[in-house]
Amino acid sequence: MNLTETILVIDDEVQIRRLLEITLSSNGFKISEAGTGKDGLIAAATHHPALIILDLGLPDTDGIEILKKIREWYQKPIIVLSVRNSEDDIINALDNGANDYLTKPFRTGELLARIRVALRQGQESEDNPNLTFGTLIVDLPNHIARKNGEILKLTSTEFSLLALLAKNSGRVLTHQAILKEIWGFGYVGQTQYLRVFVAQLRKKIEDDPAKPRLLITESGIGYRFHE
Amino acid sequence: MDIPDNRPNPDELLASIKLEEEKSKRGKLKIFFGMCAGVGKTYTMLQTAYAEKSKGADIIIGYVETHNRKETADLTEGFEVIPRKSYQYKSTTVYEMDLDAIIARKPQIVLVDELAHTNAPGSRHAKRFQDILEILDNGINVFTTVNVQHLESRSDTVAQITGIIVRETLPDEIFENADEIEVIDLTPEELLQRFSEGKVYAPERSKEAIERFFRKGNITALREMALRIVADRVDKQLHEYMQLKHIKGPWKSGLHLLVAVSYTQQSAKLLRWAKNLSYTMGADLQAIYVESSHKLDTKENEQLNKNINLARQLGIKFRIVTNSDMVKAIVGFAQKENITHIIIGKPRVRNLLTLLRLGNFVNRLIRYSGNIDVYILGSDIQSKDPFREKVSLPSFTSDISQYLIASLIVALSAIICFFIKGLIGYQVVSFALLFIVSTLAFFFGTGPILLSATLSALVWDFFFIPPPYTLHVDKPEDMLMLIMFFIIALLSGVLTSRIRRQEMKTRIREERTNALYQLTRDLSTATGIEEVITIAKNSIKKYFNLNCRILLKNDEDKLEYASHERTNFTISKNDMSVAIWTFQHYTKAGKHTDTLPSANYTFYPLKGNQMNLGVIAIQQEIVFTQGEEQFWETFISQISGKFEREYLRNMAKQAFVLNESDKLYKTLFNSISHELRIPVATIMGASDSLLTTQHPEEISKELSNEIFKASKRLNRLIENLLNMSRLESGRISPRLDWCDIHDLINKVSESLQDELRPFSLDVVIPDDMPFVKIDFGLMEQVLYNLIYNATQYASSSSSLRIKAFYDNGIMTLQVMDRGPGFPSKEISLIFNKFYRVEGSKAGGTGLGLSIAKGFTEAHKGTITVENRQNGGAKFTIKIPTEIPPVELKG
Repeated sequence: MNLTETILVIDDEVQIRRLLEITLSSNGFKISEAGTGKDGLIAAATHHPALIILDLGLPDTDGIEILKKIREWYQKPIIVLSVRNSEDDIINALDNGANDYLTKPFRTGELLARIRVALRQGQESEDNPNLTFGTLIVDLPNHIARKNGEILKLTSTEFSLLALLAKNSGRVLTHQAILKEIWGFGYVGQTQYLRVFVAQLRKKIEDDPAKPRLLITESGIGYRFHE
Repeated sequence: MDIPDNRPNPDELLASIKLEEEKSKRGKLKIFFGMCAGVGKTYTMLQTAYAEKSKGADIIIGYVETHNRKETADLTEGFEVIPRKSYQYKSTTVYEMDLDAIIARKPQIVLVDELAHTNAPGSRHAKRFQDILEILDNGINVFTTVNVQHLESRSDTVAQITGIIVRETLPDEIFENADEIEVIDLTPEELLQRFSEGKVYAPERSKEAIERFFRKGNITALREMALRIVADRVDKQLHEYMQLKHIKGPWKSGLHLLVAVSYTQQSAKLLRWAKNLSYTMGADLQAIYVESSHKLDTKENEQLNKNINLARQLGIKFRIVTNSDMVKAIVGFAQKENITHIIIGKPRVRNLLTLLRLGNFVNRLIRYSGNIDVYILGSDIQSKDPFREKVSLPSFTSDISQYLIASLIVALSAIICFFIKGLIGYQVVSFALLFIVSTLAFFFGTGPILLSATLSALVWDFFFIPPPYTLHVDKPEDMLMLIMFFIIALLSGVLTSRIRRQEMKTRIREERTNALYQLTRDLSTATGIEEVITIAKNSIKKYFNLNCRILLKNDEDKLEYASHERTNFTISKNDMSVAIWTFQHYTKAGKHTDTLPSANYTFYPLKGNQMNLGVIAIQQEIVFTQGEEQFWETFISQISGKFEREYLRNMAKQAFVLNESDKLYKTLFNSISHELRIPVATIMGASDSLLTTQHPEEISKELSNEIFKASKRLNRLIENLLNMSRLESGRISPRLDWCDIHDLINKVSESLQDELRPFSLDVVIPDDMPFVKIDFGLMEQVLYNLIYNATQYASSSSSLRIKAFYDNGIMTLQVMDRGPGFPSKEISLIFNKFYRVEGSKAGGTGLGLSIAKGFTEAHKGTITVENRQNGGAKFTIKIPTEIPPVELKG
C-alpha cells in the first residue's frame, strides 16, 4: 500500500474531521479536509485524492448532489459517512456511485477496514483469476468454486452470483444491483429470487449456513461478501 | 290571617341583593312618563340628555320621533344619530331602530322614544321594549318615553275612560323595574292650550284629536292615573330601600295574594285588577288556574293562553293545578303558599240551578278557606261567567256522528225490547234502556248521553208504558217511574262521562309521566353526545310527533352549525341567527313567539344547571297548549341535563388526558435525563482521567473500553428515541420485501453477540419455513429489542429460545426466556411508553417494548406477552403476510 496516499474528508463537523485526521494519519494516510460541498469539489479536483470520505449533511449543498458531481469525473472510491441511517438514504447513495456507506456513530476500526477494501478494489482493476476466502476459492476463468479443495456443485446462476459477490468482496451490493447484474432489468424488484439463491449458496459455501461468515446480509439494503 | 312580620326574611334579602347586583351589571333604564301625547316627554328627554352631554356623557340618539315639532327637532341637533334600519314589509318600506348598530356603537346612554312601540314584521323582536331590554343587557343606559295608556294593567281602564282600545301595550314589569321614572306633568288647561296652539299636532288634526280623545275629562282621568302610578311606585321604592338597608318599618310584605282565573275574558280583567290591588297593598301576587274535568274548546284554550301570557306580562307567577274539586285545589294551594288573600271573580248567575251550584262554590270556598280572606270581585255583565266550569255544564262539542250512533243504539234496543215486551213486561224495559244509556256514557260525550237519556225516556213512555203509542201515563206509579228513569239516566250518563273525561286527563298525565320516565331511562344508558342527540330526536318524534334539530355549542362556547348532519331539517342563515339569539339570551324565540316570529322554526334554549348547552329547533304547526308547553319544557330540561352531564364528562376526560400527558412528560423527563446523564458522565469521567493522569496501558485500555460501552448505550437510547418519535409522528410505513427469517434472526443474534454470550440460544425454525414479506429493518429492531430485553433480565447460562413458523397467512415469531417473567398485575402495562416494571434494574427507558409493539402494529400485526409455566416470559408476534408462489428453482 502506498503510504502517501491522500484521503479527502468532506465533512462540516470539525470534531469528526479531527477524529478522522488522527485516526487516518496514525494509519499512514495523508489527509486533506473540506468543510463545505463547494470546497470539497475544489479539493477533489486539486488534490487528486485516492479516496473520498463524504458526509451527506453539508451546510451548502446536499451530499448526494456533491456525490453525483464528483462521480462525473472521479473514478476512485467514495465512502459515504453520514448520520442518515434510513435504508432509502443508503440505497440512494450507493446507487449514485458511493462505493460504501457507513453511518455515524461508527467504529474507527470498521472505517479503516472499509477504506482498505475500497482502495484495494481500485487497484485490482486487472483481473485476478483466483479469489480466495479462507477455505473457499473462486476460480473465475474456469467457472469453478472449491471449498476445502473440493469442487462445489453450483448451478450457473449460483456461480454468477458467487462470482459477482466475490469480485466485489468487502463492498455492499444492493439487491437491485445484484438482480440487474445476474437476472437482468426485468427482474428488478423480484427479491424472492435473490433470497432463494442466497440461501442455496450459503448452504454450499458456508461452514455453518445458519451463521454465515462469508455472505453477509445488510439489513434492507443488500449483501456484502466478506473479504 | 298571618301577622305580617316586621323583619325581612332571608329569602327576601337574597332576592333584593340579587336584584341589586343584576341591576348594576345592566344598563339603567330611565322612563319619561306622561299622561298622554303632547305633554313634552321627548322634549324633556332631550333636554335631560343635553344636560348629561354637557357633563361629558357619551349620548346618542337611537330613535327619536319629533312629530315635526320644531322645538323638539332643534334639540336633537348636536347628537349623534344612529341611522334607522329599513324593513321591506309587503310593498312599503318601514324604518325601525337599528338595534345591532346601537349595541355595536356601545354608547353610555342611548335615547329611544316610544317604549311601547310595536316593531315592523321581520324585526328581531315584536316589541320595542324587548329591543331595549337587549340594549340594557349590553350595559348601555337607555332614556325612553311612554304614556300611561300603554301600561298593560291600565289599558282596560283607559279603554273604559276614553273609549279607545290601546293596542300597543307594555308589560308592567318593564315599567316597575325601570331604574328611574320622571313624570312630565301638565295641567289639562296647559295641555289643551298647547293643542290649540298647534304645538302637538298640525291644526287640522288637532281639532279632531281634541274632540275624540283629548277632552278635558279624559285628560284629568289620565293625569290622575299617571300621578297615582308614580306615587305608588315611590311608595314601593321606599319599601325596597328600607328592605335593602335593613330599616325596620311597617312591612306590608306579609301579604300574599292569590287570584283564581279561568279561561274567560273576564279573568283578564280580574288579573289586571288584582295586580293593581297588589300594588296598593304592597303584597305579592300569584295566579292559579284549576284544570278540572271540563274539556276546553279551541276558543277557551286560546283565551286561557292569553290569560296566562297576560299574567306573565304583568309579572304574576302563574300556577296550574289539576283537580276536579276547584275549592279544594284553590284552598290547598293557598295554604301551602301562605296566601293571605284569595281573589275570585263574582260568578254570574244564569239560572236557579247555577245559582245553587255557584252559591255552593262561594260558600264552600269561604268555609274551607279558614283564616284566608276571600275577595269576590264584581263581574262585568257582558263578559262570560268566569266560573262556568264549576257548574260543569255539559259541553256540546261532541261529534255529530256520536249523536247519531247514540240515537241509533237507543232505537235498536227499543225495537228489540218491543219484541220481547210480552216476555219481560214493560217495566223491565226501563232497566234495559237505563243499562244502554249508562253503557253509552263510557264511550260518548255528555251531549249524546243527554240525547239518548231523553230519547229512551220518550221511547219508553210512548211505546211501552200503557196506554202504548201515547205520551199519556195512566198509573201514578208509572209516572213516578218515568221521572225517576229520566233522572237516573241523566245522572248516570253525565257522571259516567265526567269520570271518563277525568280518567282521560289522568291518562294523559300518566302518559306524560311515562314518557318522561322512558326518556330518563333511555338517556341514562346513553353515552356520548351523538347518542344523546339520537335519543332526544327519537323521543321528541315519538311523544310530540315533531321533527327537531339540535344545535350544540362547541368548545369556544359558540353555537355550532353541523351542516354535515343528514336531515331534511335545513336551517337557513336567518334561522341560524335566531338560534344564536336564543342561545345567548336563554329565551325561546322564533315562530309562535314574540321574538323574531318570522323564523321558520321555534327555538328553545337547552339550559343546564351551570351552563347553556345549545338550542333545539322544532317545526311546529300548532302552538302548544299550556299543559303541553309545561310538559315540553320538562322534557327538554331532561335532555339538557343529560347534555350537560355529557359535556362535564368530556371536560373531566380532557382534564384527565391533560393530567396524563403531564405525567408522561415528567416520566420522560426523569427517565431520559437519567439515561442520558449516566453514559455522558462515564464518558466525561473516563476521558478526563485519560487526559489528566498517566495510566498504565492496561488501565487506559479499560477506561477506553468504558467510554466505548457508554457511547454504545447512549447510541441505543438515541436510536430508541428517534424510533419512538417516528412512531409518534405516524411516519412509519413498512417497506415490505421478501425476507428469509433465518437471515433476520441471524442478523439480530450477530449484533447482540456480546449480550448473548452467557446464554444458550436455541433457534427453532421449521424446514419448510417460507419467505415472508416484512420490513427487514423494522422487524430486526423488534427482535433486537425483545432479545436485548431478555438478556437484561434472564439469569446467565439460562436458555433463550426463538421460534418462528408460518401458518395460514400468519407468521409467528416467539421469544422465550427463563427470566423472572412479569408481575401479573403489570403485564398489561409493559408495552406502554416509558413504563418500567416496578423494581426493575437501573438502565433502560421503558421504550424498547413500546417500539416493538409500534413496529409490529405497523405491520398490522400483534404482539402479546405471557408468563411461561416454569418461569420466564414469552413474547409472541403475529404478522399477516403473504408468501412467494412456489415455482422458484433456478
